[in-house]
Amino acid sequence: MFRFLRVNMATKSCVFEDIPEEYAGLGGRALTSTIVAREVNPICTPLGPHNKLVFAPGLLGATNSPNSNRISVGCKSPLTEGIKESNSGGQPGGHLAKLGILAIIVEDMATEGEWWQLEISKDSAKLVPSTVAGLNNFDAVAKLVEQYGKDCSYVTIGRAGEFKLTAASIAFTDRELRPQRHAGRGGVGAVMGSKGLKAIIINPEGGKNHPLVDEEGFKAASKRFAKALTSHPITGKGLAEYGTAVLVNILHEAGGLPTRNFTCGQFEHHEAVSGERMNKLTKERGGEGAVAHGCMSGCIIRCSGIFPDEKGKFKSKWPEYETLWCFGPHSNIDDLDLICTFDHMCDDIGVDTIDVGVAVGVAMAGGGIPLGDGKAVMEAMKGISEGTPLGRIIGCGTATTGRVFGVRRVPCVKGQSLPAYDPRAVKGVGVTYATTPMGADHTAGYAVTANILSCGGKVDPLKKDGQIELSRNLQIATASVDSVGLCLFTAFAILDIPDALAAIVDMLNAKFGWKLTGDDVVTLGQRILSTEIDFNRRAGITEAADHLPDFFTDEPVAPHNTTFDFTPEELQTTFNWIKK
Amino acid sequence: MSILIKLSTTLRDMVPGYEPETGLSVSLKDGESSITAGELASRIGIPLEEIKIVMINSRQSELASVVADGDRVAYFPAVGGG
Ligand code: SF4
Repeated sequence: MFRFLRVNMATKSCVFEDIPEEYAGLGGRALTSTIVAREVNPICTPLGPHNKLVFAPGLLGATNSPNSNRISVGCKSPLTEGIKESNSGGQPGGHLAKLGILAIIVEDMATEGEWWQLEISKDSAKLVPSTVAGLNNFDAVAKLVEQYGKDCSYVTIGRAGEFKLTAASIAFTDRELRPQRHAGRGGVGAVMGSKGLKAIIINPEGGKNHPLVDEEGFKAASKRFAKALTSHPITGKGLAEYGTAVLVNILHEAGGLPTRNFTCGQFEHHEAVSGERMNKLTKERGGEGAVAHGCMSGCIIRCSGIFPDEKGKFKSKWPEYETLWCFGPHSNIDDLDLICTFDHMCDDIGVDTIDVGVAVGVAMAGGGIPLGDGKAVMEAMKGISEGTPLGRIIGCGTATTGRVFGVRRVPCVKGQSLPAYDPRAVKGVGVTYATTPMGADHTAGYAVTANILSCGGKVDPLKKDGQIELSRNLQIATASVDSVGLCLFTAFAILDIPDALAAIVDMLNAKFGWKLTGDDVVTLGQRILSTEIDFNRRAGITEAADHLPDFFTDEPVAPHNTTFDFTPEELQTTFNWIKK
Repeated sequence: MSILIKLSTTLRDMVPGYEPETGLSVSLKDGESSITAGELASRIGIPLEEIKIVMINSRQSELASVVADGDRVAYFPAVGGG
């Protein structure tokens, strides 16, 4: 039942193949990163024929485990020039898993200017000329739904992906067929665009849950895992009620909310763009708005509410904290409705909200867009879809924008923009930004937990003590969670409730007949990171790239007036199991 | 002088009339020279078990930490995102 689907965009061949021995037992990020590391020449041009784009559901995909239907996307990144794993919710992960397709590997390129869509069903896969080329995600999906129906799920790129902009994302439809779950980071949408692949249609008909070696054991373990998630205050209630936006006020209070391009750690209008306000407005406006909405089947955390406009009509999904931050405090904008519009535009045009939102604030720092001018941002955003020069610049993300506008403070590591935590006031996450093979990424090792949220212990956010170890352990654990197919937000429960990890291990053992222990999960995480770092080394990205831009070490940030004071040598001890 | 209290999410509902923008100002009682963050929370009617995170003047603190006149104290229940 289990197979890979290998798609060649040049010859149009779509072949189901047996899973090679060396990939047995891998899923999600472990699988995408291993395939990319083995099959992609690290020095290839990311937007050329030698790069490959890999999609893989996780090890617990197509089971009754809660929150396990995520999808991992891997390739060489045109943004960082290193390996990329970008992770998304939505329905396609679960659908692919149900069809027994453990990975789609997209190779080579179609003739420039041609657009194709990939139709996948239980026993067939074929490339046909795309019927939605030139459309952004929402129109494209609406048209595809007319053509293929409501039971399929859809993977698309918007015009940003067609233009191969380096902040382009890949959209995955949610349960309501809205293309608003994204593999956002690293320009994976540009890679899909470079291949001439506009859309993937997945018809789950005839698919089924994976066989379990020990059904009763699985059921019991899955129940324990669900109990851990529902009993933890964050995964059981907090995320559903306030979304990730709950972080705006707490990061402001902690002095770690980067404001006006990282020149201050607090934003005077934080309350206006907070999760509390989003929750209140969503309830007051009612209509199509929703608190506690899940982005994929099997999600019991339900962080992705729906934000209604003043008339109660759908406006956007609840923006993530990062999106609220970069179009908000970072760009000196305090209009929640406007930020939600930008969020929706990012989803529609198909760009990473972080790299583009941070680019907007960086353009403001360089005089390319007037500071805090929402109208000007709107025009620039439309320009991404229209292909105007400014649109293409911000659509290529923060590093490009900073270069074009001659900006001193360009908050990027390995070409990818920093998310919403000032590394001088939340030092643990700074270690992650500097060292993760992905380029600056908070999700790679979310030290905000112990630094700010008192989750999984406490580590003083302003001090160096314990931060490297914290980031190391979180990076390892995250790589494993991303491989199992679990939404990363399950980690809040995993960090605080010991039985949650035990339950995951028990589910894996019951599904596959393995005899894993908790230690094996650590080993798996280390192995994935080693593979990714090795790819980067072969691509020419050395340890010397593991640092933050020097304004973070030069300039203290208010209110704590601290700098990021780790030396490169200290940062290089993060992956201490890798021999130099 | 007084102490400025800021509340987050569900804790706001426990203090009638709480204004998110301005927060809540509380004065120490006559003759009182200091108070702990926990005592202060109890005084405004927030059960201690609801509080997961305390910040005094933007620094991570504990319920047992001492609050002085003029300080800013923020309380949070368990919250998380990413
Ligand atoms: S917790 Fe949020 S991001 Fe995770 S699967 Fe559920 S809705 Fe999606």
